[in-house]
Amino acid sequence: MTAATTAENTAAEAAPVLAPRVTPVIAARHGALLTWRSLVKIKRNPEEILGLTFMPLMFVALFVFVFGQAMMGDWQAYRDFIIPGIAAQSVIFATIGTGVALNTDIEKGIFDRFRSLPIARSAPLVGAILGDLVRYALTVVAVLAVALLIGYRPSGGLLGVVAAGGVVLLFAFALCWLSAFMGLLLRTPMAVNIFGSIWMFPLTFGASTFVDPDRMPSWMAAFAEVNPVTHVTDTMRGLMEGGPVLQPLAWTLVWVAVLIGIFFPLATRAYRNRA
Amino acid sequence: MTDAIRAEGLVKRFKEQTALAGVDLTARKGAVLGVLGPNGSGKTTTVRILATLLRPDGGYAEVDGLDVVRNPHEVRRKIGLTGQYAAVDQDLSGTQNLVLIARLLGFSRRGARARAAELLARFSLTDAADRAAKTYSGGMRRRLDLAASLVGRPSLLYLDEPTTGLDPHSRNELWDVVRGLVDDGVTVLLTTQYLEEADQLADDIVVLDHGKVISRGTPDELKAQAGSQVLQVRPGDPGLLDRVGRIVEQVTGSEVRTSESSAGASVTDPAVLPEVVRRLDEAGVAIAELTLRKPSLDEVFLALTGHTAETADGAGAGAPTERTSA
Ligand SMILES: Nc1ncnc2c1ncn2[C@@H]1O[C@H](COP(=O)(O)OP(=O)(O)OP(=O)(O)O)[C@@H](O)[C@H]1O
Ligand SMILES: [Mg+2]
Repeated sequence: MTAATTAENTAAEAAPVLAPRVTPVIAARHGALLTWRSLVKIKRNPEEILGLTFMPLMFVALFVFVFGQAMMGDWQAYRDFIIPGIAAQSVIFATIGTGVALNTDIEKGIFDRFRSLPIARSAPLVGAILGDLVRYALTVVAVLAVALLIGYRPSGGLLGVVAAGGVVLLFAFALCWLSAFMGLLLRTPMAVNIFGSIWMFPLTFGASTFVDPDRMPSWMAAFAEVNPVTHVTDTMRGLMEGGPVLQPLAWTLVWVAVLIGIFFPLATRAYRNRA
Repeated sequence: MTDAIRAEGLVKRFKEQTALAGVDLTARKGAVLGVLGPNGSGKTTTVRILATLLRPDGGYAEVDGLDVVRNPHEVRRKIGLTGQYAAVDQDLSGTQNLVLIARLLGFSRRGARARAAELLARFSLTDAADRAAKTYSGGMRRRLDLAASLVGRPSLLYLDEPTTGLDPHSRNELWDVVRGLVDDGVTVLLTTQYLEEADQLADDIVVLDHGKVISRGTPDELKAQAGSQVLQVRPGDPGLLDRVGRIVEQVTGSEVRTSESSAGASVTDPAVLPEVVRRLDEAGVAIAELTLRKPSLDEVFLALTGHTAETADGAGAGAPTERTSA
C-alpha cells in the first residue's frame, strides 16, 4: 500500500461535484442505494432467509397439524382459519429485525460513517426500512406457499390474497417505526431483541390470529378486540376467505396512522440525536 | 488563509460525566495535528464533534471557516472520518463497501467501480476485493475503513487511533499512507495514545487529559518539556541506589526518580550514556541493567502534569514502550 500513495491524483474519475443541497430526488437516490445495501445482506446471509421463511413454515405445519383437530374437529378448517393469522404473526415478529439491524449498525459505527457523509439524513433509516419491507414480503410469500402446498385454496382468489398481503405489509411498515425507535433508543442489539419479543407475544397471541376471541375469557377477549393485530388478521381473513372487510380495515388504517403518527417522529428524532 | 480546523472552548457532557471541559485547538491547512491523550481523555468526543456527529454543549468549532453545528452538511463535504473502530459493513465485500460510498457521493456506476478498484489496490486489498469484509483480518478491515474515508477525496481527514491494535509492520504502512496523504495536501487530525506516533507524524501536538488541553506545541517542544528519552539504571547492589541516583542526576542534569531497584531520569542528549557508564565504573558500581528508551505516555504526563496519565476508569494508559513504576 506504500507504492501508489501519490496515484491519488491520477484517478480514473475525479470526485464528482456534489450538489449544494439535498433535493428530494437526491434523497430518494440515497435511500435506494442504502436499500440495495440492506438487500445485499439477505443474499450474504443464507441463515437470514432461513429465519424469515423457515420459522413461519414451522408455525404453519405445527399449528395446523398439532392443534387443528382439537380446535375445530378437522385440520383443514383450522388451516383455513389460521393461515391469515400466521402470516400476520410472522410479519409482525419480523419487524423486530428492523430495530436489531439498526442497533447493530450503530454499534458497529456504520451509522457514524453514513452520518459523516454529505448525504440525505433520512437515507440510512429509509434504506433500512425499505429493505426490511422486502424481507416481510418474503415471509408472507413463504407462508402462502406452504399453505398452498397443504391444500389451502383461499376463496378470495389471487386478488384477495394480494390485497391481504398489502394490508399486512402496510401494518408492518407502520410497526417497524416502533421497532426502529427501540433500535435507536436501546443500548445493544440483544436488548432490542428481548424488548421487542416480550410484547410481540401478547400482541400476536392475544388476538384473533389463532383462536376466535369469542372463545376466550371475557377480559382476554376485551384485550383481543382492541388489539390491532386482531383488526389486521380479520381484514386479511375477510379478503382471503370472504367476510366483513370494511370495519376491520378501517380500524387497521386508524392503527397504522396512529403508529406512524407517534413513532415516525420519535424514531427520526432519536436518529438525529443518537450520540 | 483560514485554518482547516478551529475549535474554541468545546464542552461536552454526558449526564454527570464531563467528557470535554473547554478544548481549544487549531489545525493548520496541510499539516498533521496530533491529539495525544490516555483512555477517556476526550479524543473520540473531540473528533465526533468536529465530524458533525455530536453537538457540543458549549464552545464552537469550524472546519474551513464553516460552523460544524450550523453548516454540518457543508462540513461533511470536506471531511473523511476513520473512527476508532472499523466502520465497514461486514456483510458487504470490499468492493461493495467502497462502491456504495462512492455512489452515495454521486459517482457514476463506472466511476464508482474505478474509484473502488483504485483504493483497494492502494491498500493492498485487491485480492480480497470480492470477499465479505467479515472474512478480513483486523488490519485489513482497518485499511478498508481508511479507504472508505478517502473515497470522496476529503481535504480534511480524521483518524481516531488509527494504529491501535495493529502490528508494527501494519503500523509503519499506515504511517506511510498518512505521509502520502499529507504530500497530496490533505490536512490530517490524528488521535493517538502513543507519543512515538505523534512524534513520527504530527507537525503540531495537543495533549488532552480529563477533557482539557494540558499542553500543546511541536513534537520537539513537547519533548523538550518531557525529555526525549528515559535513562534507567539498576545497580547490582540495591544499597548503592542513592549513589547511582546522584551520578545520574549530575550527568543528565534532570530530576531523578528512584523506585525500589532502579534510578531513572529524562535525557535529551543520548551522548550522556557513555558518560554515565564511565562515572558509575569510576565509582565502582556494578550495573545490573541500563536502558535508554523513549518515554512512555505516562512519563510524558508525569513531566507535564505532575501526575501519571490516570484514565477515567482508573487504569493507566497503554504505551508501546515498557512502563515503569516510578
Ligand atoms: N456516549 C457516551 N455516553 C456517556 N459517556 C461517554 C460517551 N462517550 C464518551 N463518554 C465519556 O466521555 C469521556 C471521554 O471519552 P472519549 O471516548 O472521548 O475518550 P477517548 O480519549 O477517545 O478514550 P479512548 O482512548 O479510550 O478511546 C469518557 O469518560 C467516557 O466515558
Ligand atoms: Mg476514543
